[in-house]
Amino acid sequence: MRLEYFDMIDRVVSLDRAEGRIAALATVPNESPVFEGHFPGHPLVPGVLLTETMAQASGYLLLARASFSHMPFLMGVDKARFRSFVGPGAVLEVEASLEHDGSGYAVTKAAIRAEGKPLCNAELRFKTMPFPDGLDAPMRERAARIGLLDGADAR
Amino acid sequence: MSDTFDRVATIIADVADIPREKITPESHAIDDLGIDSLAFLDIAFEIDKTFGIKLPLEQWTQEVNEGKVPAEQYFVLKNLCERIDGLVAEKAAKV
Repeated sequence: MRLEYFDMIDRVVSLDRAEGRIAALATVPNESPVFEGHFPGHPLVPGVLLTETMAQASGYLLLARASFSHMPFLMGVDKARFRSFVGPGAVLEVEASLEHDGSGYAVTKAAIRAEGKPLCNAELRFKTMPFPDGLDAPMRERAARIGLLDGADAR
Repeated sequence: MSDTFDRVATIIADVADIPREKITPESHAIDDLGIDSLAFLDIAFEIDKTFGIKLPLEQWTQEVNEGKVPAEQYFVLKNLCERIDGLVAEKAAKV
């Protein structure tokens, strides 16, 4: 994870496009400017960044299902719950599943576990739109870097 | 139609926090009820789930933007309900 760059997902572990499921890993860095403020001397990953991590896992799932024809933009966060604290060095297991594939929008459920224990979960809504000019290539590059389509659909 | 309207009106009232009595079959979702595009997606989600359909919002938006269909055809509630009934019937015919 590179928190200050909003680059949250390190590696996709599994992707099932037909079933609409993705699992990914994200390791919290040992150091980040984020921890200087949240909180001084007591570093914790902010809930808003955990939400972003769940949104990005969901977003990669939607990108893969749509074969990069549409870009998902987060438009709603429902029923978000943060059940525990997590800090530097933690390995986060991120999962997302497709709840509803609408026309021009999609709904996912996502959760993060750390050391096997539930950390947070939420229901997320996305507006899906044709790619804005110039965004397609960087998103494909990011997706390739995290192995989004490597072994896709292998269970 | 009236049953569909009642269900849609209840969804709109709940999702967009609009008093139920203000919602009539003649109401225009955007012009009269002030529903914005994001709220309309929330409403579409509830309609999709409730009726087991997929409102073709992308197609409708394109048709309106290209001037092929007036927005009233989709956003006045009695027309929206007709479309919903059509989609439900279409789905039933496929089963």
